[in-house]
Amino acid sequence: MEKVIEVKHLSKKFKDLTAVNDLDLTVYRGDVFGFLGPNGAGKSTTIRMLMTLINPTAGSIAIFNKPLKQHRSEILKKIGAIVEKPDFYGYLSAYKNLELLGQISGCDTSNKKIMEILESVGLEKRAKSKVKTFSHGMKQRLGLAQALLHDPELIILDEPTTGLDPQGMKEIRELIVHLAKEKQKTIFLSSHILAEVELVANRMIIINKGKAVVEGTVQELLNATTLKVVFEVDNAEMTNSFLKESKWGAQLESVKEQFFNFTLEKDEVALLNKELNARNILVHSVVPKRSLEEYFLLLTEKGD
Amino acid sequence: MYTLVKIELFKIFSKWRTYIGFIAIGGLVLLIQTGMYLQGSNYLNFLTQNIKANFVFTGNLLNGYLITYFILGSLTIHIPFLIVLVAGDLLAGEATAGTYRMLITRPVSRTRLIFAKFIAGFMYTMLLVLWLVVLSLGIGIAVFGVGELIVWNDSLIIFAKNDILWRFFAAYGGAVLSMTLVCTLGFFFSSLVENAIGPIVTTMTVIIVFTILSAMNIDFFKTIRPYLFTNYMNTWQLVFDDPIDKERVLKNILVLSGHIAAFFGLTLFLFKRKDILT
Repeated sequence: MEKVIEVKHLSKKFKDLTAVNDLDLTVYRGDVFGFLGPNGAGKSTTIRMLMTLINPTAGSIAIFNKPLKQHRSEILKKIGAIVEKPDFYGYLSAYKNLELLGQISGCDTSNKKIMEILESVGLEKRAKSKVKTFSHGMKQRLGLAQALLHDPELIILDEPTTGLDPQGMKEIRELIVHLAKEKQKTIFLSSHILAEVELVANRMIIINKGKAVVEGTVQELLNATTLKVVFEVDNAEMTNSFLKESKWGAQLESVKEQFFNFTLEKDEVALLNKELNARNILVHSVVPKRSLEEYFLLLTEKGD
Repeated sequence: MYTLVKIELFKIFSKWRTYIGFIAIGGLVLLIQTGMYLQGSNYLNFLTQNIKANFVFTGNLLNGYLITYFILGSLTIHIPFLIVLVAGDLLAGEATAGTYRMLITRPVSRTRLIFAKFIAGFMYTMLLVLWLVVLSLGIGIAVFGVGELIVWNDSLIIFAKNDILWRFFAAYGGAVLSMTLVCTLGFFFSSLVENAIGPIVTTMTVIIVFTILSAMNIDFFKTIRPYLFTNYMNTWQLVFDDPIDKERVLKNILVLSGHIAAFFGLTLFLFKRKDILT
């Protein structure tokens, strides 16, 4: 498979703070690559280095099999990006912002092309409005428009759903899937929301404190791991007695009324459910908690 | 490069603050012209009081040329503020607005961006000074007519009517060079920070402090005077001398150009290595 991004031993230090620490990652053509980590993990710093906004302290970045430093302009022609929140010239219209950015990129800035792009993100009716009158969601969509303006091969999106309402988040997810599947774009998607990445990505890396914690396919990473699971039962008293006399008690994390929190291997979930049922304890729901923070805890606990 | 400069000029002239300079100059020129219309003869009397006893002055001495010369002299200390209002915003404004992220991630080198912004700033400077000269001369000539130009430059010099206009053209060149240095200094400070207020205040502070030091008649300050660029910013006035001290004019041009090149080079060097964190 052709490598689109290859990062090796990438580090960035700001005085005493190491924002990115010896990071390796590889993105292949056609990937929707999830770049996950909690706030402050070093995601945006990495993206800024990929987009030449900041200089790495150490390590190398190759994009489209070419070193970024030596082939900057050639590479950036093929990348569209939203880096953190999209900011525009507020005193200019959405149309004019796209026209100027397109002219700098040297791409088609005809009225037809710009209106097409604005239409694809649902902003065609606000084309002539000044950006300073836009809501955050509208700016986010305009950010996507500027990223797609020059029909890039690689799209880098840094937390693209931040500040959007559920409908807006859904639209962005659908757009990402559309770009990957229909337009064969490679997508590098940064997020701190595991569920968001899980829905669209095929591969992902999780970073914390600037270091890679784990990398692989989404399927591998989310399925082969230990889960935090909440069982909702009809009889808490009976469940407590059962847990005390069985091996499951050791895996119980906490209890709140009818809700029992366990740390279980994936195949143990069905087994526990079966044993509870066998003792006439009805299980109303089994909810796996896979928030990134908890997933992290599991990974670091495993590491320890 | 042409496209980049065009875009930068478009951005400059899409901002309200850009027109503050033109409006301020327009207002001041009109006010000074009105003042001269009402009490200009007093000023002329003051200028000629020492030699009136020995000479007889004839013709239209309170004319458009004298008014323009007077306006140029009065406004040279204020124009830098109007220049730096835009120059200080050229880079820091992008940082404040967060638009660096959009701009620098385009397939254009930072060197080209810096050159384009600097050229746009230079063009704004040229236009602002041109506005000052054209407006002063235009209104001056229309209201007061033309005549000989009388200036006090160590001694009283009177220029013939047909020996004046080219001096204003040359003065315009000198003023543009001085103001370009102000623009470059503002641009340099603008590259260091993320807020346009900082470069405006810092540039003006440097100019005011240097101007005060240049003007002080204390021996210590006299020794450092040759090293203060403000000492060379009066180049425009040198062309209103007879004969013109060509060596001094050339030296001034070289010093000012050298400073412009040095500040611009430093800006380019630092900006190419700058981490964009806004």
